[in-house]
Amino acid sequence: MAKKEKVGMDYLMTVPRRVVTVYIPLAVFLIVLLFPFYWMVITTFKPNKELYDLEHTNPFWIAAPTLDHIEKLLFNTHFPDWFVTTMIVSVASTFLSLFASVTGAYAIQRLRFRGSDMIGAAIFLAYLVPPSILFIPLATMVFDFGLFDTKWALILTYPTFLIPFSTWLLMGYFKTIPFELEECALIDGASRLQILIKIVLPLAVPGLISAGIFAFTLSWNEFIYALTFISSTSNKTIPVGVLTELVEGDVYHWGSLMAGALLGSLPVAILYSFFVEHYVSSMTGAIKE
Amino acid sequence: MSIREATVPARPEMIPQPSFVARLLNSRHFLGFVFMLPMAALLLIFLTYPLGLGVWLGLTNQTIGRAGKFIGLLNYEMLGDDSVFWLSVFNTVLYTTVASVFKFGLGLWLALILNQRVPFQAIIRAIILLPWIVPTVLSAIAFWWIYDSQFSIISWSLVKLGLIDTYIDFLGEPNLARASVIIANIWRGIPFVAISLLAGLQTISPSLYEAAVLDGASPWQQFRYVTMPQLTPIIAVVMTFSVIFTFTDFQLIYVLTRGGPLNSTHLMATLAFQRAIPGGNLGEGAAIASAMIPILAAAIMISFFGLQKRKWQSE
Repeated sequence: MAKKEKVGMDYLMTVPRRVVTVYIPLAVFLIVLLFPFYWMVITTFKPNKELYDLEHTNPFWIAAPTLDHIEKLLFNTHFPDWFVTTMIVSVASTFLSLFASVTGAYAIQRLRFRGSDMIGAAIFLAYLVPPSILFIPLATMVFDFGLFDTKWALILTYPTFLIPFSTWLLMGYFKTIPFELEECALIDGASRLQILIKIVLPLAVPGLISAGIFAFTLSWNEFIYALTFISSTSNKTIPVGVLTELVEGDVYHWGSLMAGALLGSLPVAILYSFFVEHYVSSMTGAIKE
Repeated sequence: MSIREATVPARPEMIPQPSFVARLLNSRHFLGFVFMLPMAALLLIFLTYPLGLGVWLGLTNQTIGRAGKFIGLLNYEMLGDDSVFWLSVFNTVLYTTVASVFKFGLGLWLALILNQRVPFQAIIRAIILLPWIVPTVLSAIAFWWIYDSQFSIISWSLVKLGLIDTYIDFLGEPNLARASVIIANIWRGIPFVAISLLAGLQTISPSLYEAAVLDGASPWQQFRYVTMPQLTPIIAVVMTFSVIFTFTDFQLIYVLTRGGPLNSTHLMATLAFQRAIPGGNLGEGAAIASAMIPILAAAIMISFFGLQKRKWQSE
């Protein structure tokens, strides 16, 4: 009995003990994980005079905030072009992947055609093929197809890492839809296509949103394909453009670089803030399967 | 609501005539084939084929602008004598091992903290995922600035605290550069591991802990004999992903060091890129990239059999 009480006390934990074992480590984790973002924001709004004079100012704060770096980024660089390109490529590859994933996941999970189990396993393996072993052969293919330096090079190659992921996620969602619903509709004379569009898809909307925003984020963040397949300045995506075009020789314009990093991160950060639960469920959902 | 919608197609005029086409359209095998087409086309053309093409390119001397000839294993023989290649293999193994161990340890720690009753848990969990959501290249640029040799905020703070006299050249000295890129990689990887493991922790039934407490288990014993066995399958999957994507990492190194100083941070992926794209030597680059495949396959097998074992145990 005494033992049980001791453990019970442990579970509640005294305040000082909680501070040491929970709050302090948590605070350290939060500070370390967030500091680079804080630094991005501070640098973006700090005038050059303060940025490069660490003796007379406190670098952790801004004495006279400025919009110079953002102005330079928006009006003197190709950042707006990169933004538009990244948006078009991300939206297009996301929709392409979702379409292919929805029909594929439905076929694998619900039609149970011959060999569907094996294809399901193959999709999981495809998920584990990293872009860094594909970009060289893909570069030669993109060149042979005449797609080099076009948006199509990215729109058609991004699905290689989006489809396996979203198919896997949607298979999980389709699995939870009761077979009885489909059987009723079949008896009532609905075709398979009608069942997919009118019954399965409406019930899988949360899964579609999760897969969609996640695919959008992955496309937005993609780097190695965009770096390899795109060469002209105005066709670049944000991650590639900010890294390769904002450095002039050995001169680093840290203010504009950080402004580019900040503005390039904002769209996914805003999307994320609206759909946190979807992100978490898509990340963990794909793993739990 | 959705169920009501489900009854919409049930009107009698929609009953198909039992024609050949209708029967074909309701055949699972035929429809399965049609529904699989878009996905199969995209994945076979842009994933399966290039995977094979990459291995083939590794056996040729193709360069940018000139078709290659089959040269057998010559690329691999040359790489065997190439000290930079072996350095990149060493760096990749070091980078993956150290970063994965820390990501796992710190990620599990953070997950265990978040699994307790913490105020604002939902908001904190949302904030923690940020490093993983934001484009890696852009956060790596922030690290580049934090590691700057002249204006590093870390050096500035340490100097002001009186701990060091001169600014640290984080990315200029081989071992320091290795440590710096590994730290940036850990920073980016912790959220993924922590949030995935947290999801795993939350699926563990509280009754298991109650039973353990009634049997007099200490907190450590609860962790060792309840938490860990329950968490093992998720740990296996999460760490497989983490290891694969750390092993093939490219972005972080490309931003921070481009493989320097003195190739001390070159990973196999960055070396493959350097030889193939700026260097123009597609065959050699493809050989380096293909050399990663056996190691990836081994990682997948280990995780696969880890999961099998777990399945067998639970039955």
